[in-house]
Amino acid sequence: MEMVRATSAKPSTADAGPGLLRFLTCGSVDDGKSTLIGRLLYDLEQVPTDQLASLQKEAKAAGKDIDLAFLLDGLEAEQEQGITIDVAYRYFRSPKRSFIVADAPGHEQYTRKMATGASVSDLAILLVDARKGLLTQTRRHALIVSHFGTRHVVLAVNKLDLVDYSQEVFERIEREFREFARDLGFRSIVAIPVSALKGDNLVQRSAATSWYNGPTLIGHLDTVDIESERDALPFRMPVQWVSRPNLDFRGLAGTLRGGTLKVGDPVMVAGSGKSTIVARIISGGADTNAVTAGDAAMISFRDEIDASRGDVLCHPQTAPNVADQVAAHVLWLSDAPMIPGRSYLLKCGSRKVPAEVTALKHRIDVNSGAHIAATALNSNEIGFVNLALTAPIAIDAFAENRDTGSFILIDRMTNATIGAGMISFVLRRASNIHPQKLEVDRAARSALKRHKPAVLWFTGLSGAGKSTIASHVERKLSEAGVHTYVLDGDNLRGGLNHDLGFTEADRVENVRRTTEVARLFADAGIVVLVSLISPYRAERLAARERIKDDFFEVFVDTPIALCKQRDPKGLYAKAERGEIKNFTGIDAPYETPENPELILKTAESDSEVLADGVIAYLRKKNIF
Amino acid sequence: MRSKLTPRLVQLEAESIFILREVAAEFARPVMLYSIGKDSSVILHLAMKAFYPAKPPFPLMHIDTTWKFREMISFRDETAKRLGVELLVHTNLDGIRDNINPFDSGSSAYTRVMKTEALKQALEAGGYDAAIGGARRDEEKSRAKERVFSFRSSRHGWDPKNQRPELWNLYNCQLAAGESMRVFPISNWTELDVWQYIHAEDIPVVPLYFAKERPVVERGGALLMLDDERMKLLPGETAQNRLVRFRTLGCYPLTGAVESGAANLDDILAELTEARTSERVSRMIDHDEKASMERKKREGYF
Repeated sequence: MEMVRATSAKPSTADAGPGLLRFLTCGSVDDGKSTLIGRLLYDLEQVPTDQLASLQKEAKAAGKDIDLAFLLDGLEAEQEQGITIDVAYRYFRSPKRSFIVADAPGHEQYTRKMATGASVSDLAILLVDARKGLLTQTRRHALIVSHFGTRHVVLAVNKLDLVDYSQEVFERIEREFREFARDLGFRSIVAIPVSALKGDNLVQRSAATSWYNGPTLIGHLDTVDIESERDALPFRMPVQWVSRPNLDFRGLAGTLRGGTLKVGDPVMVAGSGKSTIVARIISGGADTNAVTAGDAAMISFRDEIDASRGDVLCHPQTAPNVADQVAAHVLWLSDAPMIPGRSYLLKCGSRKVPAEVTALKHRIDVNSGAHIAATALNSNEIGFVNLALTAPIAIDAFAENRDTGSFILIDRMTNATIGAGMISFVLRRASNIHPQKLEVDRAARSALKRHKPAVLWFTGLSGAGKSTIASHVERKLSEAGVHTYVLDGDNLRGGLNHDLGFTEADRVENVRRTTEVARLFADAGIVVLVSLISPYRAERLAARERIKDDFFEVFVDTPIALCKQRDPKGLYAKAERGEIKNFTGIDAPYETPENPELILKTAESDSEVLADGVIAYLRKKNIF
Repeated sequence: MRSKLTPRLVQLEAESIFILREVAAEFARPVMLYSIGKDSSVILHLAMKAFYPAKPPFPLMHIDTTWKFREMISFRDETAKRLGVELLVHTNLDGIRDNINPFDSGSSAYTRVMKTEALKQALEAGGYDAAIGGARRDEEKSRAKERVFSFRSSRHGWDPKNQRPELWNLYNCQLAAGESMRVFPISNWTELDVWQYIHAEDIPVVPLYFAKERPVVERGGALLMLDDERMKLLPGETAQNRLVRFRTLGCYPLTGAVESGAANLDDILAELTEARTSERVSRMIDHDEKASMERKKREGYF
């Protein structure tokens, strides 16, 4: 794609000083990552004297040699365990360049934190113990690093002093690695023989490796070409903030995540397709004629066009995809597995939108790169998935732009960051789907029936009394001339949902399908009574959002002891004998509603009385 | 103006502005914790730039222990006036009532009551869901692992083993009621970056950073300044005038001066390029016990 870059020279690079290089270190436990960075800091005379003195004191007290790795290990617990638990950032300079190092943990269960370091790094140093060669961990880390967009790799073959500085060992490991990494898309791979402990080939060229002609580690880091290819990308600016301090100024604030922009350029809001001309650019608190990728800008336009946080500004000729269905790689970060069909919050750029995984296509074996069939995605696993978003958003493929092609998934109940994703391609462009406009609408259907539609969502434990009360309510509504229909969990499992079992994933899908059916019935003008255990808050929240104002959550609140005592179908007895798995309340959780419209306490009132309460509520809400 | 910034500082500035705008957009009631020092001067300057031509859409808040250097307080008030930004000041009155002070209470208890507790009171009283601070990862070991957006429980606690991963530029700002976020826009800046930026942008800082003859006393290996009459000489101590400056600023009885002739920014930059001791070495509260910063942070210190 030919880009407008004729007048886009970065004004700020005129007095070229040292730029930043962000890199991360990874490798297995005991491969010597912390020692490597500690030694690098030491050799570059970047260790403050008081810190060095404190280490010397500790070493003396323990009767040991000074351990430079402790410059990197911070938290108390990890000092005790000798493992780096979290990502630690370090800052140092060589005479030529400044560096930000993410020290990534090597312990397997913390792999997700390494991905975090990789996502913000330009380069990765992969450490290998020369005595052990490539390990599962090394391959895994190389794969994650490549997946998360780090394009340059240094293979540091460490502890070479322990194999007598053997050229043969070094070259064998390098050969194996290059073979493995061939398809990982790295732009550069440089192998360097080192001893982190002794400082060989870190800052000083080692006399012990006279057979090695390549650069020292710092020599390479100082000069590795991280040329900003982001300037050559199509212009992208996710709108972060709209500024309107007075009637004369309206500015859109955001950081350029690709390309360049100058005053007078045409600009389009991806999605709405509205376009205008750039009137003014402010960056760094002052007016400027042009900005480039990475700059934080404030832009105002010749015409007022509608744009707000979450929109993406682009050039009219090079617009991103606007889509509501995408295929993506997702690294799962949560201890609870990924559930297709569950509603998560997706954040991409400045846009947040509910999304669900519609299909898990395969899992990636991070040791070989092979695709493996999978039904669930667990913590630290990378899967290839299809995602459906509740609204179209502007996105690029991750391979083209790592800022506008990446996203995180957030658990809507715990607010934890549970997934990190990279867009592969768009499955359905939003512009291809136009809902068919019909002549008879929902209001017309409702008018014909002389009552409003509603979805009464009865949730609660098995045996709580949901179906009994729903049945009473339906009878009373029917007597009052209201058109009703009951969607009963057990009945649906005989037809629509006959292919579903009782695992968490199947329950999520069960609720999703029921939600869609209830929504259609309500759209037809009917009062729907859903009777479904629906144990998870996330799915009930998704149903509420899908059905909107017609949705009324009715919590049938019965103590489990009472449910067991009633046990109308003998299910609790079976579950307790272990004959039924994943039974809600026994070996599967029930998440109590937080803000239901109605709470029915069956231990305290008769089911007919409770049904009358529901009727009174519907009257109050003017349903009929 | 921009041409004075090196490419590295341009990159760091843009990253910080992005973070500040994200705070303004994602939170209902953000506040900037303004502690008057050089790092606060920088985050305030960045906030002025981030929202220009508008003012920052959040107030500044200073937790006043009543033991700050006098020059800090006058600088604080001048700065808020000069920039036209809202300044809130909070002091833990319970601590004043109980006569909690740096001499008699011990530095650990004093910090907990007059800083950590005071901060929690102020955040709760204002209903703030995001507090922007000037902490940097290169300051101290446990801060090296701090997130840019650092989640705090409804009790303000920090759990270093259970932090939200931060990938790319995507910050998860979701909170439940009562929870909050501490946000550190200059996480990736070093002490040298801060001074080079102050130099390039001509940002005013408290004059205490520059060398001058000041009345000091040697106590516990530190040079403490006699800033007002509350600081009494102990038997055997003598006040003396020495040419000193401060590398960090805090409560004057707990902040040691360093002997230095660096009287302007150029001198400071020259001194720093040579400096081989870490910045917070003169902050006595960091050395109460091993890993004491981490413990303070878990309790809610920022």
